Amino acid sequence: MARRGRFAPYLLVLPGGLWLLAFFLIPMTLMASLSLQSGNLIDGFRQTFHWQNYRDGIGVYGGVLARSLGYALAATVACAVLSYPAAHWIAFRAGRHKTRYLFLLVVPYFVSFVLRTFAWRQVLTDDGPLLGPLKDHGLLPTDFRVLDTGFAVIAGLTYNFLPFMALPIYVALERVDRSLPEAARDLYAGRAAAFARVLLPLSLPGVFAGAVLTFVPMAADYVNAEVLGGPDDTMVGGVVRAEYFDNGAYPTASALSFTLMAVLLVAVLAYARALGARNVLGDAA
Amino acid sequence: MQNGVPAIGLRDVAKAFPGRGGTVPALRGVDLAVAAGEFFSVLGPSGCGKTTLLRVVAGFETPDRGEVRLDGASVDGVPPERRDVNTVFQSYALFPHMNVFDNVAFGLRRRGVGRAEVRERVGRMLEVVELTGREKARPDALSGGQRQRVALARALVNRPRAVLLDEPLAALDLRLRQAMQGELKRVQREVGVTFVLVTHDQGEALAMSDRVAVMNDGRIEQVGTPREVYERPRTRFVAGFVGTSNLIAGRVTEWRPEGAVLAFGADGRVVVPDASARSGEPLEIAVRPEKIGIGRDRPDDARCALRGTVADVGYLGASTTYSVATAAGDVVVYAQNDDATRTPAARGDRVWVSWHQRHSYALDAASHDDTNPDADRRPPTRSGGGPDGAVRSDAEADGSARSGAARRGGVA
Repeated sequence: MARRGRFAPYLLVLPGGLWLLAFFLIPMTLMASLSLQSGNLIDGFRQTFHWQNYRDGIGVYGGVLARSLGYALAATVACAVLSYPAAHWIAFRAGRHKTRYLFLLVVPYFVSFVLRTFAWRQVLTDDGPLLGPLKDHGLLPTDFRVLDTGFAVIAGLTYNFLPFMALPIYVALERVDRSLPEAARDLYAGRAAAFARVLLPLSLPGVFAGAVLTFVPMAADYVNAEVLGGPDDTMVGGVVRAEYFDNGAYPTASALSFTLMAVLLVAVLAYARALGARNVLGDAA
Repeated sequence: MQNGVPAIGLRDVAKAFPGRGGTVPALRGVDLAVAAGEFFSVLGPSGCGKTTLLRVVAGFETPDRGEVRLDGASVDGVPPERRDVNTVFQSYALFPHMNVFDNVAFGLRRRGVGRAEVRERVGRMLEVVELTGREKARPDALSGGQRQRVALARALVNRPRAVLLDEPLAALDLRLRQAMQGELKRVQREVGVTFVLVTHDQGEALAMSDRVAVMNDGRIEQVGTPREVYERPRTRFVAGFVGTSNLIAGRVTEWRPEGAVLAFGADGRVVVPDASARSGEPLEIAVRPEKIGIGRDRPDDARCALRGTVADVGYLGASTTYSVATAAGDVVVYAQNDDATRTPAARGDRVWVSWHQRHSYALDAASHDDTNPDADRRPPTRSGGGPDGAVRSDAEADGSARSGAARRGGVA
């Protein structure tokens, strides 16, 4: 009995542990090793602890890296701004139909990611169904375009990752005791003050979770930049893909991947620290 | 009772909520006047509309018709933040991301009270509720009783016209609840603010209030002092929900100077003073079990008396509960065990049950009672723990009959 009890936790983590080992830790180690090798596709790669790979990667693609983070940040903010009201509405106003609206929110995502993004290309083309009529009526200059701009990339990212922001916010709002906003109103806070002082701070953990869930994959995304963006809008994910598959520069691609990972890790940790501090200070802040 | 303008006045307030197959009425036309400085309780079973009543006064619900006045001024369309009343929520609704001080200071800060005055008033109020020194504590670090006191302080610190308390003690255990009853009463006396307390616990309502309104099914059945409501229940529902009552129904056989007379069997006779029913008309009366005496000898003629057979005896230590089958139905008697030498009646004994006629009171014929549909047989309606206190220990009071009496037996 005691023996079995002692080993039970290890047995329970075994399947997940093996999975992580096989598909996460081993590839990560191989990639880490690869990022320090030198050589080329024809002669083969050798482990030389060639740290220059990192320096070269940052030197050449530093701008792309910064742009990726900028796009991801803009799209994260857009996601939060767009999905908070929707999540709020579903949590507080949808009544019995909550599940229905939550389903509607995720239903577009049953369609393939790439397909959806290409569909956006159709919508946003220079004389497409969106811009065409506006230009015909002289509401937009004829040379106005959305496709192949940074704006299109950010819009596409926002669209593609919206549920990852909306759902955590919904969960956080759903968890807030219904009488708390009422108590705030009861204590002379108007609608705006009740929201700012009580509901918003209590739902911030949801925004935080949503921001991590969207920012990290968006910063590494390359589909949106390649499909919707122009040649000046490339993101680091696209560069990694090109270095790896087009140029066969495995070490450079690996080094860039690790650089991105490190940058994201630092960004998320800094973010968690800042937000956590605000939560602790509460109303006094 | 009320001099001048009531602190809270309701006139014909009705409210219905959308529900299965149409709307479900929560309030069916409520009139109410709560005097300034009064400790007023609204007592009723769950689902009777008492919480809706409180929410209408606080401004969280808009009545379908009728009018709410605070200090004589209509608050029609006035949002909660501009009503000079504060609520103590059932869950307390303390802001979990703020400490005790910031919770209590919330209302003052929203009203733009200066920093120094906020500190002073919050400090003084925390003194009143005996929480000095816990200013920096978070709500989740407090006990249930402490949270309750923070919620109370958060309302009182604003010096509102009235504090509305929604089942404030329901979440506390029995011992703490009894302590907090005294505490609430003390604080109310100390600050002199009008309290409107909603509860399903009759012991709570009777022990704390200046006046009690008994509610059932969206209507107020009776308003009066705890004594009036207990000693002179006007409707069948009040007689059954507040304490335990024997309900006896019959026809008026004759009118005497002392009141209407109902005859039961060969020698059963019940007299009811101030009954409005005339000879030959049906009449329903109620008698409290503790007002009834039990004995083997025929009582003197002045008393109401019924002859019957002891059907059940419950020995509770301090008292004994008898159930006696009579021509007027089962009659429940609570007898004090104040004489150890006396042999109590046993099951199957032929006995007399009797009471002074001033303890029989007529119930309103118009009284509606949804909790007890078998109106023909009229078993004694029982509930709660009688006047001796808060035997009910949970929020599941449904106002209906026998479970309360059974619990009484279990607790004693």
